[in-house]
Amino acid sequence: MTSPAPSIVPAPVPKPNALFEYLQRLGDDRLILGHRLSEWCGHAPILEEDIALANVALDLLGQATVFLRMAGEVDGQGRNEDALAYFREAVEFRNCQLVELPNGDFGFTIARQFLFDVYDVVLLDALTKSTNGELAGVAAKSLKEARYHVRHSGEWMLKLGDGTDESHRRVQTALDELWRFTSEFFAADEIDAELGASGVAPDLAALKPQWESLVREVLDRATLTTPIDVPRLPRARGGRSGAHTEHLGHLLAEMQIVARSHPGAAW
Amino acid sequence: MASTVINQTVGPQSESLTGDGQWPLWEVFTQSEQGAPHEHAGSLHAVDAEQALQNARDVYARRGGVISLWVIPSGAITASAPSESGPFFDPGADKAYRHPQFYKVPRGVRGV
Repeated sequence: MTSPAPSIVPAPVPKPNALFEYLQRLGDDRLILGHRLSEWCGHAPILEEDIALANVALDLLGQATVFLRMAGEVDGQGRNEDALAYFREAVEFRNCQLVELPNGDFGFTIARQFLFDVYDVVLLDALTKSTNGELAGVAAKSLKEARYHVRHSGEWMLKLGDGTDESHRRVQTALDELWRFTSEFFAADEIDAELGASGVAPDLAALKPQWESLVREVLDRATLTTPIDVPRLPRARGGRSGAHTEHLGHLLAEMQIVARSHPGAAW
Repeated sequence: MASTVINQTVGPQSESLTGDGQWPLWEVFTQSEQGAPHEHAGSLHAVDAEQALQNARDVYARRGGVISLWVIPSGAITASAPSESGPFFDPGADKAYRHPQFYKVPRGVRGV
């Protein structure tokens, strides 16, 4: 018996575990946004807001911890939440690009947070009905926090939008820049389709009108203009499969340096 | 799913910035359980009632143990003057009969 000739056709890429991918998306959105918000610590406009932003950052990191721990268990390679947070490369991160954008001014940070917070509430609310009981439970717990986050960022949108000429201009500029990144919230792919079929994950496309009407309601009251979906700028895409802006690498360098310099250190 | 994500509290409106350029000051009162009094927890800066409530939640209630919050513009509080504390408070101190300990409990009274 002769052994088969070596094939010149590359072996098919193994199909990724959909639940592992999905849990990384949930975890990475919150890990990266939480890290971005933590950069405000000590720099917010007033002490009370400094504490408020740090609280939201801690909530998000706490949620990321749970989602990434679940991801590690599903993956079954012995990686816990720390291993996933600190020892993956940028191309392995599954967050949407919006959360990795640099903080900019306070108006940009608030606008980014508001757009995400509304998405978070809508998504987590849908996930409480997931057929995966653990996921539904974590979503229900996180939803309480998300409801407070959007109350905070929504209140700021009203103040900045309907505030001074300068605050209005800055937050409107931020919205216009950020809008194209929101397309990733609802861009479903084969992972969403597979998990949607079994009722684990919601239909993202169905969540979009809900998100839009909640966002629009606040922007109208804040006298801000909802940016129109025109292909003026290329829509963001690819974050969910590891394509990121240049900003993620810089963020990870700072976030991961201590864990990588002292592997296994405890404190 | 609620039709709105914001919850604007109706309350006192902000005053202009205080002299030191800070936002107006608010006093925070927290209640730890049903029926317990709201107790003064501290103060903070905020431009309006909703923001004061949010900041109070973050500063004074995040670690639990609070079921209700009050925020009150500091300027709305009328306080006794420290310089008059003598005339204002002293007269009661030397009148022992104003305190229950002054009275002997009669023999035969139970449950006191």
